[in-house]
Amino acid sequence: MLKLTGLSKRYDTGDLALSDITLEVPAGQVMALIGPSGAGKSTLIRCVNRLVEPTSGSVMLDGQDITRVRGAKLRQARRQIGMIFQNHALVERLSVMENVLSGRLAYTGFWRSFLRKFPSSDVKQALNLLERVGLETMFDKRGDALSGGQKQRVGIARALVQNPKLLLVDEPTASLDPKTSRQIMRLICELCREQQLAAVINIHDVVLAQQFVDRVVGLRAGKLVFDGPPSGLNEKTLTDIYGEEDWSAAGTDQEESDEPVASTGELLKPIGQGSHP
Amino acid sequence: MPLIKHGDQPVWKKRQPLQQYAHWAGWMLGGMLFVWCWALISENTIWEFLYDADEQAASLIGRMIPPDWSITGSLMLPLWDTINIATVGTVMGIIIAFPLAFLAARNTTPHPALRAVALAIIVSSRSINALIWAMLLVTIVGPGSFAGMLAIALRSIGFVGKLLYEAIEEIHPTPVEALSATGAGRGQVLAWAVWPQIMPAFAGICVYRWDINIREATTLGLVGAGGIGLQMNASINNLAWGEVATVFVLIFATVVVSEWVSAKVRRAML
Repeated sequence: MLKLTGLSKRYDTGDLALSDITLEVPAGQVMALIGPSGAGKSTLIRCVNRLVEPTSGSVMLDGQDITRVRGAKLRQARRQIGMIFQNHALVERLSVMENVLSGRLAYTGFWRSFLRKFPSSDVKQALNLLERVGLETMFDKRGDALSGGQKQRVGIARALVQNPKLLLVDEPTASLDPKTSRQIMRLICELCREQQLAAVINIHDVVLAQQFVDRVVGLRAGKLVFDGPPSGLNEKTLTDIYGEEDWSAAGTDQEESDEPVASTGELLKPIGQGSHP
Repeated sequence: MPLIKHGDQPVWKKRQPLQQYAHWAGWMLGGMLFVWCWALISENTIWEFLYDADEQAASLIGRMIPPDWSITGSLMLPLWDTINIATVGTVMGIIIAFPLAFLAARNTTPHPALRAVALAIIVSSRSINALIWAMLLVTIVGPGSFAGMLAIALRSIGFVGKLLYEAIEEIHPTPVEALSATGAGRGQVLAWAVWPQIMPAFAGICVYRWDINIREATTLGLVGAGGIGLQMNASINNLAWGEVATVFVLIFATVVVSEWVSAKVRRAML
């Protein structure tokens, strides 16, 4: 499905953000990408849809090398890849419906999209997705009238209306409260399983990742240092990824306050014993 | 931001002592320059003319009051011309400035060379006052409203272009990134991610420039480029100060109305 081979990125400043990453994500797999800030997580997923140009290596999506395409071919490749952003990245002055339908732009001609003349199949799909993310009554609201969690749901609908094969998710929960974070993660992972989508999710919250994903990949300073099931994360592997720290408290530390889900006890287990659903 | 130890008390100052003295010296020099300029202006002023300035002002105002309302009817057409010069000129300026702003903004320009050209056009349009544009154009296209419209348009290109390209450079980049990531084309990204973000600024800039242009258009007649300024100039030459006062009142009323319109438009566009 998605296959990265020897992917490297060196920024103009000389920083080597990614160094020789080789990775394969099969269809339907939800993979979390963890690592400290600056480890290259964002660079990695942006190299996949070429928001960042990789310096070397290849990105194969269903056998097509995305790093070699340009112009219309690149746009065709991009429309198969949905992306969900940390700060939702909605166009706040447009309505919810317009924001969702903007996921169909690559399937629509300029003038049709300029005049907002989308085929009714697109509109129907957009409404279905809005219903699926729980915002069916909000379609006429303006983006800036929504709460953070609602905006993120619109962002999810926008990515899925593309009918993507692959979902790239960049810190989906970083600016949300713990409860909303869980709901958003659950929604993303459920949708991926329903539609057999592969997903790469950048995430800081290790406990949250463990709870929802099939596979965890750890990056440190642009290098792949861990690749395994969520249960494979323990004190040693976390030290490999993030560096020396007292990891026994990681689970309790982050989740102790105002979070009803956390009090079930499951999350309070030391890291490494957590099972994924 | 040096930290200096005084005994065992830490003292934190904004600047190093030497920097601080240099700073004070700079202010001192600035003050001296100001006083010197003041003296220079004073020496070059013929103060004798100022001794009876109050009498002169009082006499001028006396001759303006009461305004000569009899010419109001004959001023209506020139006033209408003035408003048209401002409005059509603004529209023409906007039509040219709009694409220019996208070429000049760092984040939307297709090529750095095009950006340089667009910036050069904007700067040259801005550096010449509408009155000077009008003077040049009267000699090129002849006197009248058309020269006035072109003058207003040429001056507006730079104003609207500059403020608009600054607005474009200040948009949030993430929605642009997000729509590019969906595979949307260049034009679609501009129409769907950039335009909604600059639309309120664009509307504000346009009505603001229109507002300024109404005022500028009233002076264009002084150089023969049509509008109410032509009548004002004739009245001044005839020393008919009552008529001049009528023109002032009409200009004032027009500017008040244009302010009100632009305030309304700006509020509606938020």
